[in-house]
Amino acid sequence: MMRPSSALLVGVVKLLVGAYARWIGTTPAPIQRIYFANHTSHIDTLAIWSSLPRSLRPHTRPIAARDYWGKGLKKYIATRGFGAVLIDRARENTQVDPLDPLRAALREGDSLIIFPEGTRGASATPAKFRSGLFRLAGEFPTVELVPVYLDNLHRSLPKGALLPVPVVCTVRFGTPLTRVDGEEKDSFCDRARAAVISLSHT
Amino acid sequence: MIEHLHGIPREFLWLFGALVVLLGLASGIAAVLARRPADERKAASRRNLVERINAWWVMVGILAVAFLMGPTVTLVLFALASFFALREFITLTPSRPGDRLSLSLAFFMVLPLQFVLIGLGRYGLFAIFIPVWAFLLLPSIAALRSDIEDFLSRSAKQQWGLMVTVYCLSHAPALLMLEIPGQAGRNALLLFYLLLVVQMSDVMQYVFGKLFGRTKIAPLVSPSKTVEGFIGGGLAATAIGGAMWWITPFTPLQSAGISAVIVLMGFLGGLTLSAVKRSLGAKDWGVMIEGHGGMLDRTDSICFAAPVFFHIVRFFYTT
Repeated sequence: MMRPSSALLVGVVKLLVGAYARWIGTTPAPIQRIYFANHTSHIDTLAIWSSLPRSLRPHTRPIAARDYWGKGLKKYIATRGFGAVLIDRARENTQVDPLDPLRAALREGDSLIIFPEGTRGASATPAKFRSGLFRLAGEFPTVELVPVYLDNLHRSLPKGALLPVPVVCTVRFGTPLTRVDGEEKDSFCDRARAAVISLSHT
Repeated sequence: MIEHLHGIPREFLWLFGALVVLLGLASGIAAVLARRPADERKAASRRNLVERINAWWVMVGILAVAFLMGPTVTLVLFALASFFALREFITLTPSRPGDRLSLSLAFFMVLPLQFVLIGLGRYGLFAIFIPVWAFLLLPSIAALRSDIEDFLSRSAKQQWGLMVTVYCLSHAPALLMLEIPGQAGRNALLLFYLLLVVQMSDVMQYVFGKLFGRTKIAPLVSPSKTVEGFIGGGLAATAIGGAMWWITPFTPLQSAGISAVIVLMGFLGGLTLSAVKRSLGAKDWGVMIEGHGGMLDRTDSICFAAPVFFHIVRFFYTT
């Protein structure tokens, strides 16, 4: 049974942007995964989460930046609505690794939705990926790494916009990334980014 | 509930019953067909048939809910249909950051107001709100953002989208606000009549086209539209519409004539929006209704037929 707040949230997201899932390289299954996607809008997290089958949602946790989602109504939506893991982008506390909450969620068996660019871009192709995905991939070798491409959302609610424009967005799930023994960080990040970009042409 | 049902014309219940029986038959036949062996192509066209029938069930269900629950619910349903159709249109229409505010206003202000005006029965404002007010104000807002690249083309496409998906489509539920002498409480049947003739025309043209279709009307715009399909399907739908005169204020002959106009406008709507869609580089408008392309693929005929039907009825049958 889904929480009413979650159901309402998914309804609003579907009304605004559709969030139609297209499973191109894999199928929806209760496997522990890290979904990694391009990032262009505040709705991205919600769009991917809403596009998943209802049964997968409770154990799939989006990562949300504490500086944006950590206060007031937004915090309520993020934590009660879609079970987000809040992380510190600003690194106020340099003693603590910002990836720790992600590790904790993975150890509990949950799947994650992350945006390796770290911040929202303005274009249809993602910027350079940061190292978080690489590190998690190394520490949790059994977790599937699924590339996701979101189209059109930069038109709906881009950086700096107040009101969303309703446009139809598809959420494309690609083939899980294979792991290469001893791969360097840069080559891994390029490969992961290329996997997301290749979905934009399908 | 029963008391509420007394307000509903008996004809509606008959019609609704007949549709349910017909669709039940169709679903039954499709289920029998599905058991027979078939090659891949046949199986695919059977799946297509089942999807079409299922989408009809959904439409009839929604229609029944709308009619049983009154004009407000009907208006809300059509406003939602408009919303989804406009969303599809805007998705396929290139826009620039300078359009954001006017687009948001189109969705969240213009669209709801158009349907509220129907609810309030304000014909005067309803008829000019989008062609005058939205037409003048939305591009002005975009102009204030001083982004001139493709400005005319952007504004024109947005206005076109609003006109077709909101203004034109809103004329279907607007039938509910017409006051026709001797027809009080029967307006919902006019809406039902319009939708039935348009849908029958679509189905009949599809069937006749599959059976006899040879000569393509506009192969580049819509490869599935044929002269044989249009004439055969159009005549069949006109005959069905003529036979439905008893739920309308029309005589049988008038009903056939008006149905012919609905058929023609519906056909032109499908053709024109197909041309628009292809000029934007897409085949289907969206993925809303299983087996039916998008919302706009389903409502393109209604968008063109509704305003013409509305004004024929308003001009000849109201005082």
